[in-house]
Amino acid sequence: MTFVRWFKRHLVVIAGLLTLGYLLLPNVVVTVFSFNDPKGRFNYEWQRFSTDAWTDPCGVADLCGSLSLSLRIAAWATLGATVLGTLIAFALVRYRFRARGAVNSLIFLPMAMPEVVMAASLLTLFLNMGVQLGFWTILIAHIMFCLSFVVTAVKARVMSMDPSLEQAAQDLYAGPLQTFLRVTLPIAAPGIAAGALLAFALSFDDFIITNFNAGATVTFPMFVWGSAQRGTPVQINVIGTAMFIVAVLLVLAGMVVGNRRRRHTA
Amino acid sequence: MTKDRGGDVRLSGISKTYGSFTAVEPLDLTVPQGSFFALLGASGCGKTTTLRMIAGLEEPTSGTVSLGDQDVTRLPPYKRPVNTVFQSYALFPHLDIFENVAFGLRRRGIKSVKKQVEEMLDLVQLGEQARKKPHQLSGGQQQRVAVARALINHPKVLLLDEPLGALDLKLRRQMQLELKRIQTEVGITFIHVTHDQEEAMTMADTVAVMNAGRVEQLGSPADLYENPQTTFVANFLGTSNLIEAEVDTHSGDEIVLTAGGGKLTLPQARCSAPTTTGGKVVVGVRPEKITLTHADDAGDIPEGRNRITGKIADTSFIGVSTQYVIDSPVCPEFEVYAQNIDRDTRLAPGAEVVLHWSPAHTFGLDAAQSLLAGTVGSAGVETAEPEAGVTVR
Amino acid sequence: MTTLTEAPPPLAPGPAATDEKPPRRRGRLTPYWLLLPGILWLLLFFALPLVYQASTSVQTGSLEEGYKVTWHFATYWDALSAYWPQFMRSVLYAGTATALCLLLGYPLAYLIAFRAGRWRNLILILVIAPFFTSFLIRTLAWKTILADGGPVVGALGSLHLLDVTSTLGITAGDRVLATPLAVVCGLTYNFLPFMILPLYTSLERIDGRLHEAAGDLYAKPFTTFRKVTFPLSMPGVVSGTLLTFIPASGDYVNADLLGSTDTRMVGNVIQTQFLRTLDYPTAAALSFILMAAILLIVTLYIRKSGTEDLV
Repeated sequence: MTFVRWFKRHLVVIAGLLTLGYLLLPNVVVTVFSFNDPKGRFNYEWQRFSTDAWTDPCGVADLCGSLSLSLRIAAWATLGATVLGTLIAFALVRYRFRARGAVNSLIFLPMAMPEVVMAASLLTLFLNMGVQLGFWTILIAHIMFCLSFVVTAVKARVMSMDPSLEQAAQDLYAGPLQTFLRVTLPIAAPGIAAGALLAFALSFDDFIITNFNAGATVTFPMFVWGSAQRGTPVQINVIGTAMFIVAVLLVLAGMVVGNRRRRHTA
Repeated sequence: MTKDRGGDVRLSGISKTYGSFTAVEPLDLTVPQGSFFALLGASGCGKTTTLRMIAGLEEPTSGTVSLGDQDVTRLPPYKRPVNTVFQSYALFPHLDIFENVAFGLRRRGIKSVKKQVEEMLDLVQLGEQARKKPHQLSGGQQQRVAVARALINHPKVLLLDEPLGALDLKLRRQMQLELKRIQTEVGITFIHVTHDQEEAMTMADTVAVMNAGRVEQLGSPADLYENPQTTFVANFLGTSNLIEAEVDTHSGDEIVLTAGGGKLTLPQARCSAPTTTGGKVVVGVRPEKITLTHADDAGDIPEGRNRITGKIADTSFIGVSTQYVIDSPVCPEFEVYAQNIDRDTRLAPGAEVVLHWSPAHTFGLDAAQSLLAGTVGSAGVETAEPEAGVTVR
Repeated sequence: MTTLTEAPPPLAPGPAATDEKPPRRRGRLTPYWLLLPGILWLLLFFALPLVYQASTSVQTGSLEEGYKVTWHFATYWDALSAYWPQFMRSVLYAGTATALCLLLGYPLAYLIAFRAGRWRNLILILVIAPFFTSFLIRTLAWKTILADGGPVVGALGSLHLLDVTSTLGITAGDRVLATPLAVVCGLTYNFLPFMILPLYTSLERIDGRLHEAAGDLYAKPFTTFRKVTFPLSMPGVVSGTLLTFIPASGDYVNADLLGSTDTRMVGNVIQTQFLRTLDYPTAAALSFILMAAILLIVTLYIRKSGTEDLV
C-alpha cells in the first residue's frame, strides 16, 4: 500500500485527531504552566519548573474563597433548577393541557438567547427593583438559565419511557404515589442526574450572566477574569488542572464500576 | 369436583368510544372461571380495548365489568384482583427478576415474599436467574417473568395482551405449550388477546372472534373452524373456498344448490343462512377436505360427493402436503391441500381435474356478506388503513 | 455481523391508535401545579426582565436625574449607526467560527461514531473533559499559544503565511494575538464541543448497514458520504450550528482576552455600556437589536434547512 492510499483511507481519522489535538492543546498548556515560576505578574511565558503553586494552591488572596462560593452557588442552583425543571418535564410529557405551546417556547427561548442579552435584561430588572446584587441575584440568574437544560434532559428520558411500565405498576397494586416513587422516579433518574450534572457545570463555569448580576461578589470565573487584567497567578492553572484530572478520573472510575457490575451480573 | 362459579368474568353491554370512533360496540360476554379464553381478531378490532377495560386501564363508555358478584367497573387497576401480562412485558428495568416478581406482593404489604417468589420462579423455570436484570434475559425468559410477576398474586383472572407477539416462531410454539401447561397447573382464568388464529386455536378452550368492535362468533376452536357462521370467521380462521350458489331444492335434511351449472349438496344443519328456493347462499369448504382426481379418472369418484371441475393453475410443494390452486368456473382460485401420501404425477399445472368432497364438510353462509371479509388485505385485516377495500381476487 | 443474519423485526401490525391511549388521569389541575414554580421563575426572571429592558430602551434621562419612558425610538437608530461595525463583526466572527467548527468538528464526530472502535468512550470523555476546566482559564492559555514570537507565530512566519493573512487584514504585522484571527480561533475553540456533540449524536443513530447498502449500490465512499451520511446527519448539523452561532454572536470574552479595540464585538459594547458607561437605554436597545437579529437569522436558517422539529 502506497503512502497516498494509506493517507486517503485514514484521512478522516487524521483530521479528527487533529481536531482533538486542537481541543486539548489549551489543557496541556494550562497543565504545563501550572509548574511555571513566572517573572512578573502574568503567567504567559515559560520560565522554569517549580511546584510552588501546587504546594500552596490557596496562596493567592480571595482565590479559594471565590472557588468555594462558586461551588456553593452551583450546588444550590443545581438543586433548584433540577427540582423545578423535573416538575415541568413531567407536566409536559405526561399531561395534555392548554398553553402547552407557550410553555414550550418559554423553555426554549432562554437556550436560544445570547447570554449577554439575558444578563443585561436581568440586571435591568434588579436595578429597577432596587435589589442588592450579590449571592442571591447570582443564584436566581443561575437557576433561570439552567432550568431549560434540565427540562430538556429529563423530558428526553421520560418520553422514551414505556408508558406500560406505569400501567404494569398499577396493575400490580401500586397506587398513584407508589407508582411514582417505585417506578417512574427510579426510571427517570438517569435523565434527572444528567440534567443536574449539566446544571452544575453550566452554573459553575458561568461568567457573562454572573458578571452582570454579581455586584461586588466574586465567583471563581470572575476571579479569573479579574486576574487577566491584574495578573494571573499560577494557582489558577493548578486549580484548572486539578479540576480536569478529577473530572477525568471520576468519569473513568464510573465507567470501570459500570463495566465490572455488568460483567458481574451477566 | 364442584367448581366455584363466583369467579366468572361478566361483561354486560360494555362499549368504548373515542370521540366519534367506536372501538368496542356494546358487548356481552361471560368468561367462565378456570377457562382459557381467547379474544381473536385483527389489529384495531377492539380486542385490546376490551382487555384493558377488564384490567381497569380503560374506563368503559357504557356497561359494567363484574368479577363473580363484584362490580369492578369503577375500580382503579390497583384495586382489582386482576393481573396483566403486557405486550411489551413492561418489566421494570431498574429492578432485578426477583424484585419484579415480588412487586405485587410487596405493594399489598406482604413481608415475607422469598418463598413464594422462589416457587413462582421455579414454576416458570427461572430459579437461576433471580438476581439478573430484565435486559440480561432472552425474549422468552422475559416473557416468563412477566407471567410469573402476574400469577404470583393469584389473580381471579390473568389477562394476556399479545404476550407472544415479540417472539420468533419456534419460541412462540414452545411458549404456547408452556402457557397452556401453567394454566392447567394453576387453574386461573386466562383471557388471551391475539391476532394469531393458530395461537388462539392451540391454546384456548373458547375463542371469541372479534371484528370491528363486535364479537362475530364464539365457540370452541374446532367448532369455529368446522362451522363458521360468517365469511369473516371462515376466512380469518384458516382458509376457506367460498362459492356463490343458488338454492334449488330441499330434500329432507339436505339442500341442493346450483353453482356454475353443477349441483352441490349442503346439510341443512350446517347452514347459518335462510334458504328459500331461488335464494342465494354462500357455500364454503376447507381446502384439506377436498380430494383431487385427474379428469381421466373421473369415473372412479364415488357417488354422492360434491364435485367441481377445473384446471390446475399452480402447485406448491410444502413437505407434508402439496397446495394446489385450481381455476374453476365457480371460483377462480380454488385452494386444495393434499397430503403427500401417493403423489399423482399427472397433477401438474394445466391438468384438467375434478375436485370432490363429502357434503358433510360443506357449510352454508348468508350471501349478503363480502366473500373477502377476513382475508389478508381486505378491509380491517392486517392493513394500516381500514378503508383500503382492495379487491384482491 | 450477527446483526445482518438476524431476521428483520416482524412487521406485526402495531396496535391501532385505539389500543394505545395514554392512561386516564384524575385531577385536571395537576399539570398546572407541576408547572407553576418553574414557569413562574422563568416569567419573573426571564420574560419580565425582557419587558423591563424593552421599556428601558425607549427611555431618556440621565443617571443623576433618573430615566423616564419617552418612547424615544431614536435610541435604536443611534445605537445601530454608532455600533454597526461591531454588529457586522459579531455576525462575521460568529459565522466564521461556526463554519470552522463544522469543518473541524465533523471529522472528529465521524471518527467517534464510526471509526473509533473501543476508543470511542475515551475520545468522548476527552471532548467533554475540557469543560471541567473553567473556559476562562483555557481561553487565557491561547494567549500563551499565540504569543508574539511563540511557536504558532514562528511557524506561520516561516511559511510566509503571516504576510498573506496580514494583507487580508486578519492578522497585523508579525502578531497573531490581538487580531481577528486570534478572536475567531478562540471562538472556534470555545464552541467546538457544542458542534461535535450534536453531530456525534445524529451520526451515531445512522445504521451502519446503510453505508454497506450504498456501497453495494455502486456508491464510492465519498458519494456515500455526500448522498447518505451527510443528509442523515442534518439534524445534528442544524442544532450544532445553532448551538455554536448563538452564543458566539453574543460573546465578548474572546474578543476581550484575545483581541484588541479593533476586534470589539457587540457583546463588548453592551457590556461596556451597561457596566462602565452606564448608558442603560443604549445598552438595552443594543441587546434588543442583537436578540432580534439572532431570532431572525435562526428562524430563516431553520426554515431553510427544513427541520422545524428540532426543538
